[in-house]
Amino acid sequence: MTSDENNLLDVAPGQPHSNILSEVMAYVIGLGLALLLTGISFWVASTSVLWGPGIATGLVVLAIAQMGVHLVFFLHITSGPDNTNNVLALAFGVLIVFLVMIGTIWIMAHMNANMAPDPNMMNLMTQRG
Amino acid sequence: MTTEAATIGLTHGGSEDTGLGNRGPESKSIVVPYGFWLFVLSDIVLFSALFATYAALVRATDGGPTTNQLFDRNLVAIETVALLLSSFVCGLAIIFAKRANMLWTQVWLLVTGLFGAIFLFIELYEFSKMIGEGAGPQRSAFLSAFFTLVGCHGLHVTCGLLWLGTMMAQVWAKGFQQHILRRLLCFSIFWHALDIIWVAIFTIVYLIGTLP
Repeated sequence: MTSDENNLLDVAPGQPHSNILSEVMAYVIGLGLALLLTGISFWVASTSVLWGPGIATGLVVLAIAQMGVHLVFFLHITSGPDNTNNVLALAFGVLIVFLVMIGTIWIMAHMNANMAPDPNMMNLMTQRG
Repeated sequence: MTTEAATIGLTHGGSEDTGLGNRGPESKSIVVPYGFWLFVLSDIVLFSALFATYAALVRATDGGPTTNQLFDRNLVAIETVALLLSSFVCGLAIIFAKRANMLWTQVWLLVTGLFGAIFLFIELYEFSKMIGEGAGPQRSAFLSAFFTLVGCHGLHVTCGLLWLGTMMAQVWAKGFQQHILRRLLCFSIFWHALDIIWVAIFTIVYLIGTLP
C-alpha cells in the first residue's frame, strides 16, 4: 500500500488503484487528452492553414486517436494479463468494423463507377444534385 | 483433466495463472463485464453498418439540402463537450461507488445524467429545426441515412438515461451490494462506449460534412 502511495502515477491507467487520488488523476488525464484531441479536430476542420485534401484523413486519424484515449483511460483496456480476453474481443470487433465500413465504401464507389449505364440501376447517381 | 476441461474458454489469465488451466471459472465480477463488453462491441458493429450506409448515401441529396447547408458546428461542439464531461463524471461515480460512498456516487451519477440530458436536448433541437426546414428523414436518401445513424445514437443515449435513473434508484434502495456494483459497472461501460461512437459521428458526419 505504501509503495502505491509513493508512486501514484506508476500505475497503468487501467490497472486497479488503491489510492482514490491516483484513480481520479487517470480520469483527469483521459479527459484532458480527449478535450485536447477534440479541440485539435475542430481547429483542423476550420483552419485554412493546412493542405485541404488531407484534412479529412487527418480528422479520421484524430478520431481514432481519441477513441484510443477513451478505451485506455475510461474503459480501462490495457495490455495486462487480466485484460487478454477484452483485448481479443476488441480486436475482433475492430476487424468486423473495418471490413463492413471499408468494404461497403469500396464496393459502393466502384458500383457507381462501373455499372452499366442503365438509368434504373443508377439510382444513387441520379439522386445527386 | 476435469479441471482443465472446466476452465477452457474462461481462464482469464491472472498473474498466478500458469496457462495450464489450474484455476476454475472466473468470478462473476470478471465474467459479467466481459459479457457486457461483447454486447457493446456488437453494438459498435451495428453502428459500423449505419456509418457505411451513411458514407454510401451522403451525396445522394436528390437536389435537397446538403451537409454544408444543414450542420452547425457550434452546436456540435457543445454536444461533444457535454457528452465527454458526462462520460468523465460517470467514471468519477464508479470510483466513489467502489468505495461505497453514497453521497458522491449519487451526486456524480446525477451530474452524468444532467450532461447526458443537455446533449439529448441539443440533438432534439437540431432534429426539430431540420424537420421544420423541410429537411426531414423522408427528404432524401442522405437525410434518411443521417437520421438513422444519429437518431440511433440518440436513442441509445435515451435508453442510457433511463438505465442511469434505474441505477440511481437501485443504489439508493439496495446499497452497494456486489450485484448492484456489477450493474453500475456495465452501465459505465455502455456510457463510455456511446461517447466513443459519438467521436466517430462528430468527425465523420459533422466535421467532414462541413469542410469547405
